[in-house]
Amino acid sequence: MEKQELINQVNEVLAEEFEVETSDIAPDAVIKETLQLDSLSLVDLVALIESTFSVKIQNSELSSIKTFADLYEFIYARIAK
Amino acid sequence: MERRVVITGMGIYSCLGKTLDEVRESLYTGKSGIIFDPVRKEMGFRSALTAKLEEPNLKGILPRNQRVYMAEECKYAYVATKDALEYAKIDLDYLEKNTVGLLYGNDSSADAVVKSVDTMREKKDTTLCGSGAIFQSMNSTVTMNLGTLFKLRGINMTVSAACASGSHAIGLGSLLIKWGLQDMIVCGGAQEVNPFSIGSFDGISAFSTRESEPEKASRPFDRDRDGLVPGGGAATVIIEEYEHAVKRGAPILAEICGYGFSANGEHISSPNVEGPANSLKMCLQQAGMKTTDIGYINAHATSTHVGDTNEAKAIYNVFGDYKVPVTSTKGQTGHEMWMAGASEIVYTMLMMKNDFIAANLNFENPDEDSAKLFIAGKRLDRHFDTFLSNSFGFGGTNSTLIVKNL
Repeated sequence: MEKQELINQVNEVLAEEFEVETSDIAPDAVIKETLQLDSLSLVDLVALIESTFSVKIQNSELSSIKTFADLYEFIYARIAK
Repeated sequence: MERRVVITGMGIYSCLGKTLDEVRESLYTGKSGIIFDPVRKEMGFRSALTAKLEEPNLKGILPRNQRVYMAEECKYAYVATKDALEYAKIDLDYLEKNTVGLLYGNDSSADAVVKSVDTMREKKDTTLCGSGAIFQSMNSTVTMNLGTLFKLRGINMTVSAACASGSHAIGLGSLLIKWGLQDMIVCGGAQEVNPFSIGSFDGISAFSTRESEPEKASRPFDRDRDGLVPGGGAATVIIEEYEHAVKRGAPILAEICGYGFSANGEHISSPNVEGPANSLKMCLQQAGMKTTDIGYINAHATSTHVGDTNEAKAIYNVFGDYKVPVTSTKGQTGHEMWMAGASEIVYTMLMMKNDFIAANLNFENPDEDSAKLFIAGKRLDRHFDTFLSNSFGFGGTNSTLIVKNL
């Protein structure tokens, strides 16, 4: 999958699940703030990525994923493997 | 001076309507809320009969981060409670500044449990259950959700007492107010309406199989009844100490005069006569009333053979030859189970305020025991000021409430 295609797909599923506009999502924006995630709904982000892209984010890896760009890179690296 | 407990608001979401006006009209015209659900047949149900109810769409009303914790029955309860609070002239500002309690009847959240278990079995990864699953899966899902959504700060507890849950919730709430522990409590009952929640109930042959005539299937007290029809939704009443209600200029609709309860201490599903009769007697005694003070009985009668027979016997044992009108609204709604004790208070309040007694739908021929009662097979256009409402549940739990018009 091309990276831009992946980015578009990530943005679409996040916007749909967390009820924001795709235009609200920018690469350097902070995920928690943009999607209004608390400690509980962060679980839904992990579940969504896992069910959509078959990519599991471990708890220990979650703290390093702060922006959408971090998330794109994380998923892209796992898919590329 | 004894503290009096009054009803100052009510709301309902049921197969008879989504507003009080719709429900009143359905009661008046004798509309049935029962349908045949082909999905249940495909799932292997013995009876595919059910009440028809749409799940409220709360998208755009509540944010995702609040909706995700709400099981099906919570959505019904949210709508009913929002309406009841508005009726009682209570807004969020009031709820944040005052101590208001919450006692709600609920005894399952099966759909949420089944979905989580399916995910765990298929995916072998609990994270995929999502953040809302645990909060949707517990019996207390309704009270935990309503408590946080409406900022309630008083007693907060789910009453799980099978098909008497909603009635006990109101009764227990009335005692807390009477004893001076709370001034206002949101009370009610909720019932999920999905196949998973009642599949095992269908499995014990408790449901009517009159599938060719869904609207005639629920026939409380009728000689030819063959079982209950499951229903659901939610109903809420706001109960309040009388002087407290007067001071804030609340609409004072009726007084909860008595709460009676008992247990049968016998079979897990078959009711007896003595237990319900004791509940009726206790309620009359608590209300300080005689049988002749009661203008109408809203019976528990669910359209099962033994249940209706034994309730008819219990009513006759207590009321004797005083021919008070008796009906069961379950002919129209099916059995709303955990919700029924609360919804039937709302149904009966609507009848009392509008001077009619809804027909006991499908009561065509009495049996030996129902023949001894005055069961209204047709709507009665008459005024009454005091009613008694019965709710009985599995395990032999019984609850009775007496409510007086104000």
